[in-house]
Amino acid sequence: MNAISVPEGAAGFLARFAAMQGRLPGDSTLRAAAAEAFRALGLPGASRGRRVEAWKYTTLQPLGGMSFRSAEPAGKIAIPDSPARIVFAGGRYREDLSTAVPGFACFADQPDFGELSWPDRDPMVALNTMLAEDGAILTVPAGIDAGIVHLIHAGIDGTSAHPRHMIRLGGGARLTLIETSAGSGRYLHNPVSEIHVADGAVLTHVRIQTDGTEAFHLATIYAAVAAGGTYDGFTLNIGGRTTRTEIHATLNGPGAIAHLNGAQLLTGSQHADFTSVVRHAGPKGTSRQTIKNVLAGHSRGVFQGRIEVARGAQGTDGYQMNRALLLSPDAEIDTKPELEIFADDVKCSHGATVGELDAEQLFYLRSRGIPDNEARSILVRAFLAEALDPVTNDIARGLLEDAVALWWEGQAG
Amino acid sequence: MLDIVGLTASIGDKAILNGIDLSVPAGEIHAIMGPNGSGKSTLGYVLAGREDYTVTGGSVRFENQDMLAMTPEARAAAGLFLAFQAPIELPGVNNANFMRTALNAIRRAHGESELDAVQFLKLARAEMKRLSMDAEMLRRNVNVGFSGGEKKRNEVLQMAILRPRFAVLDETDSGLDIDALKIVADGVNSLRGPGFSALVITHHQRLLDHLVPNRVHVLAGGRILRSGGPELAKELEKNGYGAMLAEAA
Ligand SMILES: Nc1ncnc2c1ncn2[C@@H]1O[C@H](COP(=O)(O)OP(=O)(O)OP(=O)(O)O)[C@@H](O)[C@H]1O
Ligand SMILES: [Mg+2]
Repeated sequence: MNAISVPEGAAGFLARFAAMQGRLPGDSTLRAAAAEAFRALGLPGASRGRRVEAWKYTTLQPLGGMSFRSAEPAGKIAIPDSPARIVFAGGRYREDLSTAVPGFACFADQPDFGELSWPDRDPMVALNTMLAEDGAILTVPAGIDAGIVHLIHAGIDGTSAHPRHMIRLGGGARLTLIETSAGSGRYLHNPVSEIHVADGAVLTHVRIQTDGTEAFHLATIYAAVAAGGTYDGFTLNIGGRTTRTEIHATLNGPGAIAHLNGAQLLTGSQHADFTSVVRHAGPKGTSRQTIKNVLAGHSRGVFQGRIEVARGAQGTDGYQMNRALLLSPDAEIDTKPELEIFADDVKCSHGATVGELDAEQLFYLRSRGIPDNEARSILVRAFLAEALDPVTNDIARGLLEDAVALWWEGQAG
Repeated sequence: MLDIVGLTASIGDKAILNGIDLSVPAGEIHAIMGPNGSGKSTLGYVLAGREDYTVTGGSVRFENQDMLAMTPEARAAAGLFLAFQAPIELPGVNNANFMRTALNAIRRAHGESELDAVQFLKLARAEMKRLSMDAEMLRRNVNVGFSGGEKKRNEVLQMAILRPRFAVLDETDSGLDIDALKIVADGVNSLRGPGFSALVITHHQRLLDHLVPNRVHVLAGGRILRSGGPELAKELEKNGYGAMLAEAA
C-alpha cells in the first residue's frame, strides 16, 4: 500500500503508530492488522465522497486536521476525592492518584484486547487497538459485591488517549462503575471498553462525560450479558466539541437485561452522537433505552438505535425512546431507529419526540406568579430530572445531578 | 374590585367572547353558569392572561390596574388566581417545590421575604390539614397520577397557600365527592372577607348551597344573558337553559 492511498486525517495517527509500535504492550499482530484496517477505513467523514451509514450524522473531519501527541507520564491534574478510584490521565494509569482497588490491573502490565470488538470494521476501535498504551482491567470474582468503583479519566491538552478497558463480572457478582471523563484544552479521548456480565451478575455503569469544549470524545463499549445478568448503563454527555457514545450490547442468555439510557445536554456548536446496537441473541431478554436531549444554541444531537432480534430470541422485549427538547430554533436532533427481527414472539417498540417547552405547562406556572424565565428553567430541569430517573444509585445520582445543575447554571448565566 | 367592560376575545378566527360586561365588587362572590362551550373557561383564561387567546376589544380593570396589559405572572402577583377546570400535569416537578416557588415569587413581587423549605412545609401542612388533604401529596409531582378529585383539591390548596385577592374557580366542584365539595366551599369561605372576591364557574346548584353567591350570571354564546340573585341558580336547576335561550333569541 503506498502513501498516496492513506485517507485524509489518518496519516498523523499512523505515523505515531509506526514510531512507537515496538514499545506497545500486547499482541503486535493484532495491532498491525488494526493499523491496516484504520488505514483503509480512515476517519469517518474525513475523506470526500466516502460516507459510512454507521456514521451518517457525525463527521470527524475537523479531527483529521489536528495533530496529537502521547501524554507525558506524569503531571498535575485535579482528581475528585473518592475511596475506590482508578485514575488515568491522557490515557495513562496514574498510580500516584489512584487507590488500591481489588481485582484491578493495568493494561500496560496485563494487556487484554478481549474478543468482542471489531477493529476491522469500526474505525475508532481500529484506532484504539492500534494506539492503546494502557487501560483498566477490572475483574470481580463470582459472588462478590465490589460496591462502587470510580474510573476517572483526565484529558490533557494536545494529547490523544486511547485507553483499553476490560471489565469482567463473574456469576452473581455486582459492581457499580462510575466513569468520569473531564479535562481542558484540545484533546482526543478514544476509549474502548469490553464488558462481560456472567450469569446473574449486575453491572451498573454510569458514565459522566464533562470534557472540555474543544475536546473530542469517541467511546465504544461492547457488553455481553449472560443468562439472568444485567448491564445497567447510563451515559450523561455534557462536554466536548464532538462526542460519540457507541454501545454494542449482546444479550446472550435467557432473561438477560440491558439498559442503555442516557442524557445529552448541548449548547454552542456542540455535536453529540449516541449510537447503540442491541442484539437479542438469547430468549426472553429485555432491553430498555431512553435517551433525552436538551439542545441549546446551534448544537446537534444524534440518536441511532438498532435492535436486532435473532431467530432463537423468542420472548424478547425491546423498548427504545429518544426525546429532545429544543431550546433554540437553531438546534437540531437526528434520530434513526432500526429494528431487525428474525423471531416471531417479540415485543419491540420505538419512538421519538421533539419539541419546545409545553405552552400549557408554561402558562400554568406563570399563572401561579412564577416569572417566565424561572418557569422555563423549572420545565427544563423537570425534563432533566426525569432523564436521570433510571439511575437509582444515590452516589451516582448525586454526581449526575451536580453535573446537570452546573450545566444549567451555565445556560442561565 | 374587578370590572370587565365590553370584553371580546377570539382564538384564531373564531370569536368566543362577544362582549362581556361584568363587575364584581370587593367582598362578593359571583357565580357563572351556562351551557357547555359558551365561553366560561375562555373568560377565566383571558382574565389569567393565556396568550393563545386574542383580546379583540373591551377592558378589564383590577383594582384600577389595566389587567390586559399585564403578564400572567404580574396578574398573579397582583392577586389573581385561576383554579383550572383541567389542572395541568407537571412531570418531574415536585408539588411542594412548585407551590413554594410560586409563593416566593409572589412574596418577592410584594417586597416580602421568601420562605425557606421548613417554613413553607409548616404552612402547607397546616393548610392541608384544614382541607383534609394527605400531606403525602406534597411529595408527588404536580398533578401527575392524581385522581380527578385530587387535582381539584390541589388547586384549592394552591389557592389557600397563595391567598389571592380575586379567585376564578373553573368547575372546581366537578368530579368532587360530597365531602370534598364541602371542603372546597369551606376553603373559599375561609378567604371570604372585604378584601376577597371570587368568580365561581359551575354547572351545579350544590356548590352554591355551601357558597351562597351574591350574584349569579348566565353566560351563553360568549355574552352574559341574564344576571340575578342566588334564586336564578335554583331556577336554572329546575328549568334548564332552553327556555332562557329561546327567550333571548
Ligand atoms: N384552542 C381552541 N381552539 C378552537 N376552539 C376553542 C379553543 N378553545 C376553546 N374553543 C372553543 O371555544 C368555545 C368556548 O369554550 P370554553 O372552554 O370557554 O367553554 P365552557 O363554557 O368553559 O364549556 P364547558 O362548560 O364545557 O367547560 C367552545 O366552542 C370551544 O370549542
Ligand atoms: Mg369550561
